[in-house]
Amino acid sequence: MPRSYLDFEEPLRELDRRRDAAAIAGDEMQVEALDREIASVARAISAGLGAWQRIALARHPDRPTAIEAFRVLCTDFVELRGDRCFGDDPAVVAGLARRNGRPLAVVGHQRGRDPGDRVRRNFGMARPEGFRKARRVFDLAGRMGLPILTLVDTQGAWPGTESEERGIAESISGCLAALAGAPVPVVAALLGEGGSGGALAFAVADRLLALENGCLSVITPEGCASILDRKRTPEGVARAAESLRMGASDLLRLGVVDVVVPEPEGGAHRDPDAAVQALGREIDRAFADLSEISPAALRSLRDERLRRLGRSELAVLVEPEQVC
Amino acid sequence: MKSSEGARREAGEPSPPETPPGPTTTPRGGDEALFVTCPSCRGPSYRKDVERRLLVCGTCGHHFRLTVEERLRITVDRGTWQETWPGLVGGDPLHWTEAPDGPAYPERVAAARAQTGHREAVVTGTAEIESVPVALGVMDFHFMGGTMGTAVGEKLARLVDLARETRRPLVVFTASGGARMQEGTLSLVQMAKVVAALVRLREACVPYVCVLTDPTTGGVCASLAMRGDVQVAEPGALIGFAGPRVIEQTIQQTLPPGFQRAETLLLQGMVDMVVHRGDLRTSLGRLLRALSKAPDAAR
Ligand SMILES: [Zn+2]
Repeated sequence: MPRSYLDFEEPLRELDRRRDAAAIAGDEMQVEALDREIASVARAISAGLGAWQRIALARHPDRPTAIEAFRVLCTDFVELRGDRCFGDDPAVVAGLARRNGRPLAVVGHQRGRDPGDRVRRNFGMARPEGFRKARRVFDLAGRMGLPILTLVDTQGAWPGTESEERGIAESISGCLAALAGAPVPVVAALLGEGGSGGALAFAVADRLLALENGCLSVITPEGCASILDRKRTPEGVARAAESLRMGASDLLRLGVVDVVVPEPEGGAHRDPDAAVQALGREIDRAFADLSEISPAALRSLRDERLRRLGRSELAVLVEPEQVC
Repeated sequence: MKSSEGARREAGEPSPPETPPGPTTTPRGGDEALFVTCPSCRGPSYRKDVERRLLVCGTCGHHFRLTVEERLRITVDRGTWQETWPGLVGGDPLHWTEAPDGPAYPERVAAARAQTGHREAVVTGTAEIESVPVALGVMDFHFMGGTMGTAVGEKLARLVDLARETRRPLVVFTASGGARMQEGTLSLVQMAKVVAALVRLREACVPYVCVLTDPTTGGVCASLAMRGDVQVAEPGALIGFAGPRVIEQTIQQTLPPGFQRAETLLLQGMVDMVVHRGDLRTSLGRLLRALSKAPDAAR
């Protein structure tokens, strides 16, 4: 499939074209030279990116999706479908698989690949059925003693009438409860964008990893900009993206994310397999850290991890405040 | 901001008992206004009449949004309220300003404190409702839209723990626009923190009654507000995850009447009952006595 280029990636388009032509012609010297040039241009682009452009990378059409990541990370993937109540939501992919020969449960948002697939999967914006399917698999994993791996990649839960009618809020809270109470190791990774409650539904974990351009936010920059300024200008959206401090490195500093995994030059979409394999190494490290811990201790540590978030911000006012 | 207000770092002991909440000082329509205008039927009413009816419109039955003081006054047994952690506050982790020249977040918080007389958007404590001891939380929509930041999440999580440790039924009145944008992702994760505490409460077999009041939306709806063992809603309350404006933009249509309202959620199976404010205390008492296996009310 032809590559897609964001406006700030345009300098790479011609280099990629020449590199591909050289590869077809079998000119290895030229390929090597162009690879070096591409890497250096990509590095220069990355270095100058603002928060909003990084979010654009997290939404990049060529960025690896959850299914593709599971295919790279796991073997023996068996998809489990349906919520046993209403339907099956293709915006969420769930199943059983093996990583390094060990079985585990995997759940992720699925944005879709080609345009038709994206529409079918509603761009990864899940309805209640998606969250209830996830919850079913979280519960199953807990009962069977299977570790849980989740991948977050959504702009948010689907804000449509049918979502509300079928209890989207309840379905998200059910995922939060299932992951908080899971008596097995839970590792989550911010693969792409993590928008609000629909993303958090899969991000309650013992370890939260993030790809370098992954993010997790209380509201999308667009939503934030419309609240602050009804007109929602591009400048307002970019400013909101900066203000929200939602990128992986900010989240690491805030303690929300435990590990940031560097992406290939130019972003994960420039070399999806390498990006996912780098993530896989950190996933292995996280599960290894957690493997010897008893279920009860896992849960205590998970609770404690949540309690730590934002704790340094808390204070107790001792003087009665003057109230006008 | 913290040092000038005499803050000290995290200690969090329960405060000494406070005096029972006094009469209402709601600013609706001006502090001294003789009349109030109903936001639903636009009809004017004597403030005193509306207050006598527990802030319910005599013409159309619209349930006005309550202050914390009003809610406590009509809900708890006189003299039983003891507030916990009244001084617990959050910080400004993102150094948030609304716009290049807009107000900073701490200024917004200060204004909300001045307006409500509370330090944060939830007030927690212990009380008795029809003689049943409970752990009680009341969210305050008048405080920055009842939004949940780190301090609100912390107070709610501690309240859930208090309920579990003292085996008091947990009662929370929700009223919130969701997670507090100004504290960013740290606000978002409060949803998980509170739900994790609720999972422990459930495992300890301590009951949780959630009373959804107008409005309960966003991250608060998608966390603690949908985890009650019993879900009670006030008439006409807006309850949902996405805001109506966002949904209308998504589907490019106007929403049907009653959408995301308490009565509709009852039909959709999301709440157990919609209870008129005048009957709420009695209903809560009956529920709490049954759930805590207390004897029936003395006749
Ligand atoms: Zn009225």
